[in-house]
Amino acid sequence: MLSFLTRRLLTFVPTFIGVTLIAFAFIRLLPGDPILLMAGERGVSAERYEQLRAQFGFDKPMWQQYLDYVWGIFHGDLGTSFVTKKPVLTEFMSLFPATVELGLCAIILATIIGIPAGVIAAVNRGKFFDQALMSTALVGYSMPIFWWALLLIIVFSGWLGWTPVSGRMGLMYFINGPTGFMLIDSLLSGQSGAFRSAVTHLILPTIALATIPLAVIARQTRSAMLEVLGDDYVRTARAKGLSPARVNGVHALRNALIPVVTVIGLSVGTLLAGAILTETIFSWPGIGKWMVDSIFRRDYQVVQGGLLLIALVVMVVNLIVDLLYGLINPKIRKG
Amino acid sequence: MKKIIALSLGAMLMGSAASAANLVYCSEGSPEGFDPALYTSGTTFDASARNVMNGLVEFTHGETTVEPGLAESWEVSDDGLEYTFKLRKGVKFHTTDFFTPTRDFNADDVIFTFERQGKTDSPYHQMTPGASYEYYNSMSLPDLIKSIEKVDDYTVKFVLNRPDAPMIANLAMAFASIGSKEYADKLIEAGTPELFNQQPIGTGPFKFVGYQKDAVIRYVRNDDYWQEPAAIENLIFAITPDASVRFQKLKAGECQVMAYPNPADLEAMKSDPNINVMTKEGLNVGYLAYNTKQPPFDKPEVRKALNQAIDKQAIVDGIFQGAGAVAKNPIPPTMWSYNDAIVDDVYDPEAAKAALEAAGVKDLSMKIWAMPVQRPYNPNARRMAEMMQADLAKVGVKAEIVSYEWGEYLERSKAEDRDGAVLLGWTGDNGDPDNFLAVLLGCDGVGDANRAQWCNEEFDGIIKQAKEISDQDERAKLYEQAQVIFKEQAPWNTIAHSVVNEPISSKVQGYKIDPFGGHVFYGVSLAE
Repeated sequence: MLSFLTRRLLTFVPTFIGVTLIAFAFIRLLPGDPILLMAGERGVSAERYEQLRAQFGFDKPMWQQYLDYVWGIFHGDLGTSFVTKKPVLTEFMSLFPATVELGLCAIILATIIGIPAGVIAAVNRGKFFDQALMSTALVGYSMPIFWWALLLIIVFSGWLGWTPVSGRMGLMYFINGPTGFMLIDSLLSGQSGAFRSAVTHLILPTIALATIPLAVIARQTRSAMLEVLGDDYVRTARAKGLSPARVNGVHALRNALIPVVTVIGLSVGTLLAGAILTETIFSWPGIGKWMVDSIFRRDYQVVQGGLLLIALVVMVVNLIVDLLYGLINPKIRKG
Repeated sequence: MKKIIALSLGAMLMGSAASAANLVYCSEGSPEGFDPALYTSGTTFDASARNVMNGLVEFTHGETTVEPGLAESWEVSDDGLEYTFKLRKGVKFHTTDFFTPTRDFNADDVIFTFERQGKTDSPYHQMTPGASYEYYNSMSLPDLIKSIEKVDDYTVKFVLNRPDAPMIANLAMAFASIGSKEYADKLIEAGTPELFNQQPIGTGPFKFVGYQKDAVIRYVRNDDYWQEPAAIENLIFAITPDASVRFQKLKAGECQVMAYPNPADLEAMKSDPNINVMTKEGLNVGYLAYNTKQPPFDKPEVRKALNQAIDKQAIVDGIFQGAGAVAKNPIPPTMWSYNDAIVDDVYDPEAAKAALEAAGVKDLSMKIWAMPVQRPYNPNARRMAEMMQADLAKVGVKAEIVSYEWGEYLERSKAEDRDGAVLLGWTGDNGDPDNFLAVLLGCDGVGDANRAQWCNEEFDGIIKQAKEISDQDERAKLYEQAQVIFKEQAPWNTIAHSVVNEPISSKVQGYKIDPFGGHVFYGVSLAE
């Protein structure tokens, strides 16, 4: 187990170097000069332009800018946004909890509905339930998220008035920290109704964000189950007279879970990288929208620092998924 | 749920009384920071200067004219080089959790505000690391201001290098909002100078309370305001990037004022009895600038003929969806000196064809540059270019559409040897006609912001003269005359001014659309 972990951690090093290079190059390869974009129609004089380039360090040779960036990373300095003038790490830390909270809620919802739905569909293969479920999943998978999210708002907030339209917390509550997770902070704050407000604000964005992973998980569970249900040991288990629930739930599902966990792991990685559309529509202050805004402004430091942090998160999630494989199937641990 | 929100809104916030007036504004984005001197975007000014601070002089609420602010009065010397401001006494900076002023506003604060922007060796210049003062520079103040002198605690004298009538309008802009020197000193002493851009202190009608990035900004009424305190007690910006969602929030009563509606939602808003849609022409212009140095566009009669060939009304109807109006002058109608007597080039393809023939132009092919971005003065440049292309084809002119990445577009379109006519526009900074006519059409702007590369001596002489006179009526006459020359010479096809629509709850009273595109909540109240 330990050697497995060490080996996996070692692979972080080349990945990390690759990410710094890609993040650094990506934003610079995009056409668009940050100073000209900032100036807009108003423009800057040639003299002022040179002055600003020097001030932001854009006049240095590329390799030196890259070395400065890497040097900064090793000193825990990911640079400063040239728009807000705040350290990239500070901005990331203030926004990341919102992304994590929403992402985790979405993946939990997708998992607790997706896996049972997939199992039931597989067991009832070809019957009405299976077909209904799989066509719903297809719809969920192919629906444009911005449209779906807006529809949810119009129906549940506009017509029915059950949930607030957008935001993370009712404006009457003034909650700032300590954890950045509204569900926890609202409980800690002791303000009555705050927790309820946090929950109601989470419902619609969670549904919107969970839709695609839910469809993927349900479909993946179904096909993995179908494969396993045809295997010899399942037939043996049945022949031994075990109850269908035990055969399906324990023997089959446990073995079918490996590909499902992979899919869940990939989804978690994607969700924690920020959900751009969901965050924009629900005014959710997460890192997805922050990254996109920064790319449009060519805010080099934020993009290269932010991408690095997101890559780190994805790598850690993947590592956890790999460790989970071992828990589910001990054979992988040795392999 | 709605009921819960409504009830709690009433009883909400920092233990205020149940009858407290709380206004929520659904804003379109996050401010870049809270120091208006560092930025140029309206979103940032709304969150700082326009509600939290005052300038020496200020724009009259909802107008482009200037009135006294922290300066009670001012005098201009006969040569137009010295501006002497008498400052208001007894004005207090905000007392908040993070700052308690020990003295009233005085001349030191004025000098501090301008020196930190203009003097690179000022100890306050880099309070925010990486600070650059874009508006101070782009309004040419470094060349213009020779010195700023403190005459006494309540008198400040600005000495200029040359006469410049728009100077007063410049001082009403957000970047010139007066900050507290005492606050800056305190922050530097505490080793946290960067907070100057994060926790603003001003003299304005609202005090900053807190900001959660990308989520919410809170303000509370300044009860010590030097004018009548605001009617609203708690002002909250709910940052809501999606326009359709802002509309849903307005409908649900989660906010009372919203920024930038989707044109497609306007009909639904107008038919909602709980929503008032306020409308006003924006302080901008969208235009097609010919390259007047490139034949055959160097001939006014050719430019005029092309203007006649393009159906502007159809373009405005098709592209602006109710958020635009046809433009005939290079300055918008809300600006003083707008010459309403001018007659626009009439859409007449037959006459255009004849005029082109008379000018000896045959089989003309040209390029139209289409901007890659949305702007209030042009929400869809690509589509606009296509409509122009179709119109021009009808008079036998072949048009090819080109585009570049935005930064490059702005740069390349400046070139004097540019091939083709450019779609672009301008949004006013200080409400002064000089800010349009001199910047965009003056001879000094050729090869730069003057995208028509148009240098007309008569026009240029008039606007230069107008800049040196401080009497506004005399200046207005000159600018009206300049607009006549502009129309005769037609360096541009003036296409549209945006029309600003602002949906507000019908409970909101006293709200005025700011011609500069801002959102100002002083003077606004809520009906029960």
